[in-house]
Amino acid sequence: MDDLAVQTYKVQEIISRWGPKPDLVIEMLHDIQTEFKYLPEQALNQICREVGVRLATLYHIATFYNAFSLTPRGKHQICVCMGTPCHALGAPRIVEAIERHLKVKCGGTTEDLKFTLEVSGCVGTCGLAPIVIVDGELHGLVTPVNVSKVIDRYSD
Amino acid sequence: MPYRANMMVCAGTGCVSNHSLELKQALEEEIQKRGLTDEVQVVPTGCNGFCGAGPIVVVQPDGIFYQLLKVKDIPYLVEEHLLKGRPVPRLMYVPPEEKTPIPKMNDIGFFKGQMLVALRNRGMIDPENIDDYIARDGYRSLAKVLTTMTPDEVIGVIKASGLRGRGGGGFPTGIKWESCKKAEGDIKYVICNADEGDPGAFMDRSIIEGDPHSVLEGMAIGAYAIGVSQGYIYVRIEYPLAIQRFRIALKQARDYGLLGDNIFGTGFSFDVDIRRGAGAFVCGESTALMASVEGRPGEPRAKYIHTVEHGLWNRPTCLNNVETWATVPVIILRGVEWFTSIGTGDVSQNPWGGSKGTKVFSLAGKINNTGLVEVPMGITLREMIYDVGGGIPKGRKFKAVQTGGPSGGFLPTELLDLQVDYEQLTEAGSMMGSGGMVVMDEDNCMVDMAKYFLTFTQDESCGKCTPCREGTLQMLEILKRICEGKGVPEDIQLLEDLSHFVIDASLCALGGSAPNPVLTSLRYFRDEYITHIRDKKCPAHICRDLNVYTIDPELCLVKGHGCGVCRRQCPDSAIVGEKNQVHNIDQELCKKCGVCLDVCKFDAVKVA
Ligand SMILES: Cc1cc2nc3c(=O)[nH]c(=O)nc-3n(C[C@H](O)[C@H](O)[C@H](O)COP(=O)(O)O)c2cc1C
Ligand code: FES
Repeated sequence: MDDLAVQTYKVQEIISRWGPKPDLVIEMLHDIQTEFKYLPEQALNQICREVGVRLATLYHIATFYNAFSLTPRGKHQICVCMGTPCHALGAPRIVEAIERHLKVKCGGTTEDLKFTLEVSGCVGTCGLAPIVIVDGELHGLVTPVNVSKVIDRYSD
Repeated sequence: MPYRANMMVCAGTGCVSNHSLELKQALEEEIQKRGLTDEVQVVPTGCNGFCGAGPIVVVQPDGIFYQLLKVKDIPYLVEEHLLKGRPVPRLMYVPPEEKTPIPKMNDIGFFKGQMLVALRNRGMIDPENIDDYIARDGYRSLAKVLTTMTPDEVIGVIKASGLRGRGGGGFPTGIKWESCKKAEGDIKYVICNADEGDPGAFMDRSIIEGDPHSVLEGMAIGAYAIGVSQGYIYVRIEYPLAIQRFRIALKQARDYGLLGDNIFGTGFSFDVDIRRGAGAFVCGESTALMASVEGRPGEPRAKYIHTVEHGLWNRPTCLNNVETWATVPVIILRGVEWFTSIGTGDVSQNPWGGSKGTKVFSLAGKINNTGLVEVPMGITLREMIYDVGGGIPKGRKFKAVQTGGPSGGFLPTELLDLQVDYEQLTEAGSMMGSGGMVVMDEDNCMVDMAKYFLTFTQDESCGKCTPCREGTLQMLEILKRICEGKGVPEDIQLLEDLSHFVIDASLCALGGSAPNPVLTSLRYFRDEYITHIRDKKCPAHICRDLNVYTIDPELCLVKGHGCGVCRRQCPDSAIVGEKNQVHNIDQELCKKCGVCLDVCKFDAVKVA
């Protein structure tokens, strides 16, 4: 099977998991986002056909919610906690340090598609603020200086 | 407890990131090696709330609290405590600026002032094991309600208890249930709001991760009272562990017949489905949330159509917050009298008359004990910050505490004796909100914090109504201008005018409360705005465009020997100097990024 066929197959599987119910399309999009790290155009077309939700609505949903992305995200997701406590303890400087280190703007993906840099609300471990999460692994008490070492551990 | 001792290993997100799972494995291995497997059990628990001291292990039933543990401490701990019966002082908690360790969890200031209702099972159960929940009176309230009470009696109890919504607005829960019950329609829904949008709060997450059945039981009780057979829980996608734990809880409850058809053989049927939020703050708002559950973009609608009558799929729907649901079973079990004895005001005539029971807060920022705390309503801010929170670190001075998240406000030193309840917080210009409480010291800039919150709400404004979309944008522009040193004196008045306009004209409470951080910072910290505008200075040196960076030649040379790190790191080549010589910042070229300050190990870079 070529890539597209594999993708079609996987999307089909996701649709059957939820049943072709229009009210569950957000759940389907979550699964597609997890599977492909973004929402490929063909996947949206497929949902439109199979589930019967208008393409315009799908794009409305895809652009409304922060969890979805229409362009591929990087292999590693870096997420800097920008909750109020982390912000008060210097998170913006952490973001800037990573931006400088990876030469990428917050919200963007590095050219080699290795890293995507984003921010989030409180991740619930303010005792360790400021916090950086890479691929779900939490790193606490980071500083603008040591954060590049944390990131480099993932640049395989 | 069939075991002589239970080692409760915190498996909350904070402790896990500090390797508590490795710790748990080491404990299990050591216990086996010492032949204690039949006497001592290792139990993974939800978050203890004291994440700064993690990883945490509590030895029950004695309640001995061990903190900051490392795998290499384990053999000694097992040998001393479990074999020889001698607790290990060096692994215990020592209060800041004191020397004597405190052995018992409940004697530690952070835990002493607390009263656990919604968090009643915190650290006591394995959240993935329904038997643990049942062993601590779990599902007894549901049984009591289903077998001995009519729906109206249940509503009567909740109304009389004075329980008010813990998710933000503080609407009396009993009244909401009653309206939903009275609303016309055969099919009705209950929903649990676990969207937890406040960027500085994590109590809902902690409750679901640590005690998911308490929420389920509360929902089932509500469903019985209102006449509902289908419930939903809306959890934000950012909480994967909470989603997973809730899935496990649902399955176990179904297997035990506590969910599904004909519960306890009473003819009452109820089940719950999970819907994952997709990262939009506005989806915490009731109508937006329901739109999202229906699979649509989460845009709110006008308030005059009530969701208790026309909610999910236009049917009567009762939405409550995680903490509200988790509190319900306790009220049923322990009664109105007990619940109303805690808190402020008098609810005997009507539930709006006071704030009863306890509230969970996430205490964070510039404070010694950060974490989740549950305290009686009516505690003063001072008790909260200095007794429970252990005061401000490094001897710095308290400046403000922010409550209520992006919808709330800043409260200054003068209000430290304010009692924390719905009315008094609102009167002071802030609000209870979901219970975020962020402490700020003299190193925080209030204009910058106001800008932070407004950046958040502006970004999260869904764009449906103009006042919120455009109003918050204009306000943000003004704040940015002030922080860049381009503010003019009229800006203050303009900010106030715009704030009132956005509050009055917005469609939903997102816009209706977004200006609160700005208004309270203007009310209590106007001086700081004036300093930014008139003197072009940021007293806390946070607004970097107003800073001037210089290098102290003496420190640079004597301590740093002209190491040159700042010169190499400066992105704008604004630093000049030879190796081993004094370095200097060219003020013309300096873009004030502050890198030099971050990288200098000798404190030679100064800001003014
Ligand atoms: C913009 C906005 C965001 C909200 N976010 C949340 C939230 O994250 N969690 C929550 O429980 N309530 C949130 N609320 C309040 C809910 O609309 C609703 O009042 C609450 O869930 C009702 O439950 P309660 O009465 O038990 O508090 C939010 C309200 C607004 C206007
Ligand atoms: S604000 Fe970052 S973990 Fe809470």
